[in-house]
Formats: sequence, C-alpha cells, structure tokens
Amino acid sequence: MADTGKPRLKLPESVKAGEPFAIKTLISHPMESGQRKDAQGNPIPRRIINRFTCTAGDREVFAVDLHPAIAANPYLAFWCRLDRPTELVFTWIDDGGETWTARQQVEVVPA
Amino acid sequence: MRQNRKLQRRHVLIAAGGLALSVRPASATPEAAGKLLSGILNGRTPQEGRIRLEMPEIAENGNTVPLTVAVESPMTEADHVDTIWILAEANPEPAVAVFHLTPMSGRAEVATRIRLARTQTVIAAARTSDGTIHVARTEVKVTIGGCGG
Repeated sequence: MADTGKPRLKLPESVKAGEPFAIKTLISHPMESGQRKDAQGNPIPRRIINRFTCTAGDREVFAVDLHPAIAANPYLAFWCRLDRPTELVFTWIDDGGETWTARQQVEVVPA
Repeated sequence: MRQNRKLQRRHVLIAAGGLALSVRPASATPEAAGKLLSGILNGRTPQEGRIRLEMPEIAENGNTVPLTVAVESPMTEADHVDTIWILAEANPEPAVAVFHLTPMSGRAEVATRIRLARTQTVIAAARTSDGTIHVARTEVKVTIGGCGG
C-alpha cells in the first residue's frame, strides 16, 4: 500500500478542563493477518500494527495491543480528559518495527 | 447453513479473481477463548452489568465489523477501568485486542473495527482498579467471513 502509515486524527483543538472528549484515529496499514495465501498458495507473512499508544508528556493516557483480528487501516476511538494545555503524541508500531507518530496540541479552557 | 456460507464465500472469491483469500482451517474453538477468559478472570467471578458491547447483529462483511465497548465508571484514580479485552470465539486466534485505560482516559469507552471469520460470539471483558471483572457477550451473524485471524 503506497500510503501505508499515513495517520489521521480527529479531536478538538480546545477542550474544557476536566471534561472528557473523544479522540478518533485511523492509520493506513494492510494489517496482513498471516492467515492468507498468495495466488501460488504460499503463506503471506503476518505484518500488523501490534501496538498503539497515546501519551501526554511522560504519562500514558491510553494504549492498545492489537492482534490480527483488527481490520485493515486500524480505526481506534477512545476518550481523554485534560486539566492543562497538553501536546498529545500518538504512536503506532508494526511487526516490522516501523513506527509512525502524530502529535496534536490541545488547549484547555477553564470549565 | 455453514456449507451454504462456504459456497457463497467461494463464489465471491471467484468473482473477485486473482489473489486467493483462502482462510487457513480455523483452529480456534470456544474452548480456546474460554481459556483466555479464565486467564483474565484469574479465579474471580465475572460480573454482569456496567459493561455494554455494541456490535451489529448481522455483519455482511466479516472483514470490518464495528465494535464499541462502554463501561460505567467514574474513571478516577481510586475507581477506574484499567483494561478491556476483546475475544472472538471462532476466529483463528481468539484474542482481538487489549485496551489499556487510565484515569486520564476520562471515560471508559473504546471503539474499533474487527475481523470475524464466521458467525460467532464476541466477548468483552473489563477490569476495574479494584480487580472486578465485568463481562459482556454478543453474537454476530457473519455473511461473508473475514480473512483475518
């Protein structure tokens, strides 16, 4: 896939302090399950994104261990609650050790 | 019924042509998923309620089936959901995903899209910070099986 590893994020740029908000992420990746065979009948080796993390500074907000049953172009949606302006860092790691990172600053206004 | 589904899948694959998307004979059984769940429970009794697993009753395409899990929790330091597991009983590998949450998550709700090899029961288990495990199950009828594990 030509654009493997292109991350997309959907989250607010500004939130109210202490109020949970939704984060939606998507990354283009075939999530080759290791269960398929090519036209010659040879097994296609497994290569999936096996780990996703969302961190704020040195704190982990949310993480996922992904198995081959996660659909191609993995979509992950979750929630976050902040009490001060924070740069959220999103990281995807695949079986080949390749890593993709996306960042977004979230401003926080008093509730 | 199962024979019908296999035939349907074969016809679709023939129509698709080219790359053969044959699924390796499924090795997983409800017992394998049950063993995983026993490991999660670690001797504790699963609690019903407080957890909601939302999936379509019928998935036309097993390659991408939407899933949402929501657990009632204040998500404070003292009382929060720290882990949510998803298991699929009849997939080649019953483990689907493990979500790790923190008080900063703010709300114990996650969503993704999963592969289902065939009609089966999907299980969601959530562990709260006091060690309680809440379990929900739902059956999804799959018209065309997903190729993935």
